[in-house]
Amino acid sequence: MSENANNTPVLELLELSIQFGGLHAVEGLNLKIKQGCLYGLIGPNGAGKTTVFNMITGVYKPTAGSVLLNGKNITGKSPVEINKAGIARTFQNIRLFKAMSVLDNVKAGLHNETKYTAIEGVLRLPRYFKEEKRVNEKARELLGVFGLEDDINSTAENLPYGKQRKLEIARALATDPKLLLLDEPAAGMNPNETAELMETIRFVRERFNMTILLIEHDMKLVSGICEELTVLNFGQELAQGETSAVLKDPKVITAYLGE
Amino acid sequence: MRKQTKNNLITFSGTAVLCLLMAGLSTAGVLDNKTTGLLVPMGIYIILAISLNLTVGILGELSLGHAGFMCIGAYVSGAFSLIFQNTISPVWLRFALAVILGGIMAAVFGVLIGIPVLRLRGDYLAIVTLGFGEIMKSIANNVYLTMDKNGLHFGFTVPPTNVDEATKQELLKGPIGMAAPQDTNVWIVAVVLLICLAVLMLFIDSRSGRACMAVRDNYIAAQSVGINVTKYRLMAFTLSAAIAGVAGGLYSHSLSLLAAKKFDYNLSILILVFVVLGGLGSLRGSIIATIILYALPELFLRGAGNLRMLLYAIVLVFMMLWTNAPFFITLREKIGASKPVMKLKSVFRRDKSDKSTGGAA
Amino acid sequence: MLSFISYLTSGLSLGSIYALIALGYTMVYGIAKMLNFAHGDIIMVGGYAAFIAMSTSWCPVWLALIISVTVCTVLGVVIEKVAYRPLRSAPPLAVLITAIGVSYLLQNIALLTQTATPKTFKSVAAGAPPFMIVYEGKAPLFFTKLSDSPYKDLTPALTVSMETFLSITVSIVIMVGLTLFINKTKAGKAMLACAEDRGAAQLMGINVNGTISLTFAIGSALAAVAAVLMCSAYPQLTPYTGSMPGIRAFVAAVFGGIGSIPGAMIGGILLGIIELLSKAYISSQISDAILFLVLIVVLIIRPTGIMGKKINEKV
Repeated sequence: MSENANNTPVLELLELSIQFGGLHAVEGLNLKIKQGCLYGLIGPNGAGKTTVFNMITGVYKPTAGSVLLNGKNITGKSPVEINKAGIARTFQNIRLFKAMSVLDNVKAGLHNETKYTAIEGVLRLPRYFKEEKRVNEKARELLGVFGLEDDINSTAENLPYGKQRKLEIARALATDPKLLLLDEPAAGMNPNETAELMETIRFVRERFNMTILLIEHDMKLVSGICEELTVLNFGQELAQGETSAVLKDPKVITAYLGE
Repeated sequence: MRKQTKNNLITFSGTAVLCLLMAGLSTAGVLDNKTTGLLVPMGIYIILAISLNLTVGILGELSLGHAGFMCIGAYVSGAFSLIFQNTISPVWLRFALAVILGGIMAAVFGVLIGIPVLRLRGDYLAIVTLGFGEIMKSIANNVYLTMDKNGLHFGFTVPPTNVDEATKQELLKGPIGMAAPQDTNVWIVAVVLLICLAVLMLFIDSRSGRACMAVRDNYIAAQSVGINVTKYRLMAFTLSAAIAGVAGGLYSHSLSLLAAKKFDYNLSILILVFVVLGGLGSLRGSIIATIILYALPELFLRGAGNLRMLLYAIVLVFMMLWTNAPFFITLREKIGASKPVMKLKSVFRRDKSDKSTGGAA
Repeated sequence: MLSFISYLTSGLSLGSIYALIALGYTMVYGIAKMLNFAHGDIIMVGGYAAFIAMSTSWCPVWLALIISVTVCTVLGVVIEKVAYRPLRSAPPLAVLITAIGVSYLLQNIALLTQTATPKTFKSVAAGAPPFMIVYEGKAPLFFTKLSDSPYKDLTPALTVSMETFLSITVSIVIMVGLTLFINKTKAGKAMLACAEDRGAAQLMGINVNGTISLTFAIGSALAAVAAVLMCSAYPQLTPYTGSMPGIRAFVAAVFGGIGSIPGAMIGGILLGIIELLSKAYISSQISDAILFLVLIVVLIIRPTGIMGKKINEKV
């Protein structure tokens, strides 16, 4: 299967597996995500979705298989290296830098983009001012995209829930990723907020030309925005393909209704 | 101007005015001896408190071995001064070199200890740093250093034997301690304090400080945005150790006789009390708390040392309950945050570290 | 060789006291997920309670022990209720600092009421003669009065004081009892359930608050027993008596794997032996330093201790 560079999938998982003790949490997962695609990973509780995210982002080391980012093998690298390689994520249970301001949350996301050393920082050498100014503007711009420009000085933990989700996405985007992983972005949201979130995700994809992989429970959200889906059940692929086709698959329906 | 810059400027200029005023008053002879005698140790305690605040408040890790780093600084700089007492001639140069060397050695130990130990978190880190402090104290307590015409002689747990009795000078005397030249004065402490304060403020308000706070608030999220957690933990820990070493250098040069048993676990706890009561993460709070908790009881409760410690203990427990217990949180909301006593909160606040730091799921 | 065995015996005795204290740390850590820094000071309170009881003319040793256990149990439960329970959902740093505060509080109350002057604790085994062990031919023989026995010409291979004997036996009995209690009784199983998952235990109808109180009660009662044994063997009692043994016992708990009951027992005994041997063969001045060095090395090589489970944070 020789593919030219443009067709190399942004993310490719090959026979990805992990065991905890004797339990096969994820087994032999294969998956390809094209550039610009909005891809959904769904499945009942405990199917291993977040575990897949944790393997992609280096939190867990897979016991077998590999993770390719733009054709480059990143399996088993540390979370920091994987972020630098171009994958950013959000978390199921929001993980903001709670006691820091909204602006500083995004600036922390711009950490590797901020190019001065600790010593330059302490001595306030010119590069400090130049870089801080640049990073500040960038962070404000990003927050503006998410409608958070009026909250930049609030402490992150004081934001309402919906805005916290947005801030987490903004922080992830600040690392300038090639692939964005969203772990149940609609968890705990009411239908209105979910609808707004769908808009945000679509917007992010357009605006940043982003490839997005998301885990979701909310079927409405999934069928509304995902182009392709993989359904996981007990750590194994149950179905894969275009959203409308997958959702009609009798196996999928049984797995969801009969859980 | 940014809020943080403004805050820093207020804190720094306030501290500067206070430092110079106190130093000036004591030089001019306005203050009585008792008060003047308090200023040097108080300044040193402030340096210790703000440096510990970097580890506990900004990095979010409890270190119970701060006295250990102070001990290294005190002993290294004291020994340096004693060795070169007659060879390096301007006193200020020798003293400056001694204090800087003390800080560097404390930093070196900070790295050596930090690399293995900072893999641990929470309670484990606390107990290991406590152990480290005790190890340092024990070592310092058993070190003998004697100088004679042939050079230096070391001894561990026993004094060195092959010394030339006629020309011998005992520099470090095991449990008895050492008598470094008393070079420290109010002005030097004031200047060093201001330098340390500035360094800490500038560090915290930079990319590195943000990274440390991100690690504190959520290290998993920090990793996910590409922040090298180990690097920044080590950086903050080392900087904190270095400043404690500098404070130790000032301390050993301020006493006529210093014994290692001074640097015990209780000293680490005392500094922690200052930091906690001043508010985790707030340098201004640390300074204010140290002044209040150190100076006021010295001036008004002298002789009632035990009562003072009892008071500290009660305040420590109360402070934690006040900021974190549901009962007090509701109470505070009921009374409303406008009452003057509630305003204290802004000084004493900020301990919302990540709930997951304990390591348990 | 003989002196080595005698050091080993003393180490075993000291170690079994540490094990009793370490059990308190480890149980509380396992169930309440907090490091109870004040545990060492509860030992000190137990020591004073027994001391005060025994200095009255009417109080027999057994009653003093009961008084000490009661005082410590009540104290442990009260501390948990007043200082720790309100912080159940607070950040761990706040809980740790509170525990340090409580430790300081107890020390300073003792300092104010009992002064820093050391009290000489009367051994619970005062007057009881030491054991002599003679090794004659096939089996070791035990005597309390060698001179009356047919072996009076032999030198005893080992002399074991009553305190040493008591520490070891009492600790063994308690450890066996505690293990049975935890594995066989309903309350014990509730403790295991709370240690595993507090939320799930609550959903299963277990009284979590009650179980945590019970844990503190048992831990503190063990501390009282340890206090009486320790003060009998090392009869100096000051407000700081509890703090170093407390820290050493905590090291023992970490050493054995915090949260693990067999770990605390093994850790305690090993630590007692290491302490005694390093005092005997290296230097008594740096024995604490050696102990902490061992701790640091253990934590670096095996961060969860000898018997501990690895806990991964859920992401």
